[in-house]
Amino acid sequence: MTTATPALPTVPQTAKKRNANGRLRALRRNRLAMTGGIIAAVFILVALLAPLIAPYDPSQPDFGNVLAEPGAAHWLGTDDLGRDQLSRIVYGARASMQVGLVAVVLAFVIGVPLGLVGGYYGKFADGAISRLTDTMLAFPFLVLAVGLAAILGPSLTNATIAIGISQIPAVIRITRAETLRLKHVDYVGAAIANGGGDGTVLFRHILPNATSALIVQATVGIPAAIIGEALLSFLGLGVQPPDPSLGVMLSGAQSFLAPAPWLAVFPGLAIVAATLAFNLLGDGLRDVLDPRGGTR
Amino acid sequence: MTETVLESVRGRVGEPVLSVRDLSVSFRSDTRTVHAVDGVSYDLHPGEVLAVVGESGCGKSVTSMAVMGLLPPTARIGGSIRVGGRELVGAPEKELQKIRGKDIAMIFQEPMTSLNPVLTIGRQIGEVLRRHQGLSRKEARERSVDLLDLVGIPAPRSRIDEYPHQLSGGMRQRVMIAIAVACDPSVLIADEPTTALDVTVQAGILEVLQSLRERLGTAIVLVTHDLGVVADAADRVLVMYAGRSVEEAPVHDLFATARHPYTRGLLGAVLRPGGEGKRRLPEIPGLVPSLDSQPDACTFAPRCSRADDTCTAGRPGFGSVDPGTGTDAAHRAACWHPYGAGEASDTLTATPATEPARPDQEAGK
Amino acid sequence: MTAAQTVPAPRDSAEGAADQQHPVLRIDSMERHFAASGGGTVRAVDGVSITVGRGEVVGLVGESGSGKSTVGRCAVRLDEPTGGTVHINGTDITHLSRRAVRPLRKDFHLVFQDPSSSLDPRMTIGQIIAEPIRLHRRARGAAVRERVEELLAQVGLRPEHADRHPHELSGGQRQRISIARALSCDPDLVVADEPTSALDVSVQASVLNLLADLQRDRGFGCLFITHDLAAVEFLADRIAVMYLGQIVEQAPTAELFADPKHPYTQALLSAAPVPDPVLQRSRERIVLHGELPSPLDPPPGCRFHTRCPLATERCRTEVPVLRELPGGRQVSCHLVGDDGTAPDAAV
Repeated sequence: MTTATPALPTVPQTAKKRNANGRLRALRRNRLAMTGGIIAAVFILVALLAPLIAPYDPSQPDFGNVLAEPGAAHWLGTDDLGRDQLSRIVYGARASMQVGLVAVVLAFVIGVPLGLVGGYYGKFADGAISRLTDTMLAFPFLVLAVGLAAILGPSLTNATIAIGISQIPAVIRITRAETLRLKHVDYVGAAIANGGGDGTVLFRHILPNATSALIVQATVGIPAAIIGEALLSFLGLGVQPPDPSLGVMLSGAQSFLAPAPWLAVFPGLAIVAATLAFNLLGDGLRDVLDPRGGTR
Repeated sequence: MTETVLESVRGRVGEPVLSVRDLSVSFRSDTRTVHAVDGVSYDLHPGEVLAVVGESGCGKSVTSMAVMGLLPPTARIGGSIRVGGRELVGAPEKELQKIRGKDIAMIFQEPMTSLNPVLTIGRQIGEVLRRHQGLSRKEARERSVDLLDLVGIPAPRSRIDEYPHQLSGGMRQRVMIAIAVACDPSVLIADEPTTALDVTVQAGILEVLQSLRERLGTAIVLVTHDLGVVADAADRVLVMYAGRSVEEAPVHDLFATARHPYTRGLLGAVLRPGGEGKRRLPEIPGLVPSLDSQPDACTFAPRCSRADDTCTAGRPGFGSVDPGTGTDAAHRAACWHPYGAGEASDTLTATPATEPARPDQEAGK
Repeated sequence: MTAAQTVPAPRDSAEGAADQQHPVLRIDSMERHFAASGGGTVRAVDGVSITVGRGEVVGLVGESGSGKSTVGRCAVRLDEPTGGTVHINGTDITHLSRRAVRPLRKDFHLVFQDPSSSLDPRMTIGQIIAEPIRLHRRARGAAVRERVEELLAQVGLRPEHADRHPHELSGGQRQRISIARALSCDPDLVVADEPTSALDVSVQASVLNLLADLQRDRGFGCLFITHDLAAVEFLADRIAVMYLGQIVEQAPTAELFADPKHPYTQALLSAAPVPDPVLQRSRERIVLHGELPSPLDPPPGCRFHTRCPLATERCRTEVPVLRELPGGRQVSCHLVGDDGTAPDAAV
């Protein structure tokens, strides 16, 4: 209806009329994203139901059954202390998911308000927040996480905090960018003209319209946190043996690469599958949630 | 400007440079098919300005993009488009590339997005000349200066080395026109060429188009929603509604004695500056219909004050409005109950509260 | 430039003659300067004074870059003027904090140009219209919904539209929503920034009719900002013409169209094509040469002299002031006599 319509109608309807149902349908048609979503859901379920799924106690050594090959009794074999690999991977996934979700929540709880404040108010607050994020972003994510974990001391909780803090700058950056964009959109101006205060503008108009970008950021953050956890545990800065973690398992498998390669292969595959799943889901969500994406 | 009318009469003699027959364009998506253009035909004669008029979603732009062969691959195109006797529908992309720019060229609404920001305007015009006419760098530069002069850019010799961002919107549109006519095409398609411009700038662009037709004999398809621009520049007018042609007439006939109720409604709704006083504007009730189906009926009937059962029972043919004249008559319309030449319009003023809720059609266009 | 208030009311409104003594909006010598990125100052608005009487519609006309939209945004404090004052209902809102302006916002509202970007896509129509009602506590509970439905009816929509989202409506319907929201707290002033420019011709007509009806019934003052001369003629009682950040002419609507004094106004009126081929092709058109100068470095003297077909030496050096003419008009041009005799730029 505008006189400024672009020359092409570009199959008007596919991108335009997506309500929540339409989006879900579009996501379902995206095979890769669906595959990612299903694998991610399986991981989360496994993490939640670990005690029910795991056939053995993951920390219980069985010295009569050391370095067993994958077989009927131990589907994925046993390690150098005779512990069941499958059970350890199941519990390891639980640690990974725990770190992934908690760290991302932590990053959002701190990063989103800072991004909103920086983007919306500008001036001094924005300058300070931007300097902080720039400084943190100067270090690669994993280097920052390792450094922080080393300072905090080795434990699962500290690893989670270190990873969460390392993700804050990315969250601030994306929130700030969305806020900067949205604060010049007419409906935000209209909200101010309505008599809305900063709270109304930020939390009723800007934040809800930034959710698409934030959801996508979360699906990027979770796999990064999973890798971060594996790395920290591998280095001995995360989960402490004998508790299972994918990183701890990889670390332990180093000495047995030749006689028992499955000790490295299966935890490695689990890490790859988990990160890939969330990345695929994120890519799919990005396409579906961006109203300008796809056909425009 | 009687001379322009004479010119159009002269232009009608002989072969049309562009001939569109029964053109249909549909876009398929996962969930639906949109019939953007449905059975449109027109001829364009040398040196003639044909205005294609209609509101958003009527298919006027899609028709032009089809003629240029610029529709995305999802579009299904039927019918025939002939330029200088060559069929374009179904022609290979290589052949279209040869025809585009050389025989037929196009200018768009927003000149900034059509120009490359990192090249000087001289380079951009020269590129076309060197590709299509094989001119040397120096020849191309000389010809570019001439072209900038032709489109009314002052001091072309110094302007040629400027970048698009250094020019105003009106000047950029002039550069676009210069690029479009660089190879002296027989047909120029101008898609809302002045919509993004201020009125004082628009006047200049319309004058440039007028002079192209007078000096180069370029035939122009002027796609617009602005009836003021049509009144100013067109020889003939084709009115489109919901993907179909509804009326075609010489410009004076159309404004004086429109026959189709939609054309009358459109002309009634437009504001006329200058001393008409405060009146209530006539409105066309209702919304534009969905383009999902191609009903065997008049698509304007649900909004038309003259509609009866005939209108919903069959699609009206596009034919002469006056019995006795042939099918190639100058004034044609697709209506079961067209107005007579001297008949006054029914009052179209409807209470705005009757606007029916058909949100899915017009939404988001 | 406080003399602007002396302009008499030209049209009867529902509440009788527009009240010029206590204007709903009084802008005095407003300036909005921006620091340009490459140094220097962009003078987007440079000394603009306008008043809008109670129940009066004032058209603010200009081309892109004239600063008209900035005036509108500053008038409702969506932008901060760098100089001058804005009084709404006699209260100076320019020197209040943002927080202190908030409760006053029930008295004035803005209708944006593009209804597809001025409605929050995540909210329902009902929530959109209800927002100002809730914020100003005009109603609560079930009364909010009642008020929303009442407003929907007034703009020609049905109650069930309240549960839809903006993208489910047409452009014209969305602009009606935008108008309903602006009127939800019965404001005294509505600033409408190109409210019909993004709409189709036939939809434009219905939105203009709606605005005219509502204005007549409710008697709010309106600053109607547009580049569309026909639309402003339809709606406005009085028109101010802007060029490069300043007002060059101000006159009652009929007088401005019948007898434009400023050469720029003359050019503007002559350039707008009339939808009538016979009339349009016999009209004399003043084609302006040259470009709109940059507001970063406006020309000395009269800002229009670089494009004015009549410019003299005096125009190049001496800045013209906005002067009173007989008949409640104002013009800023050296060539217009004090008795109102104006040169014809078309010759």
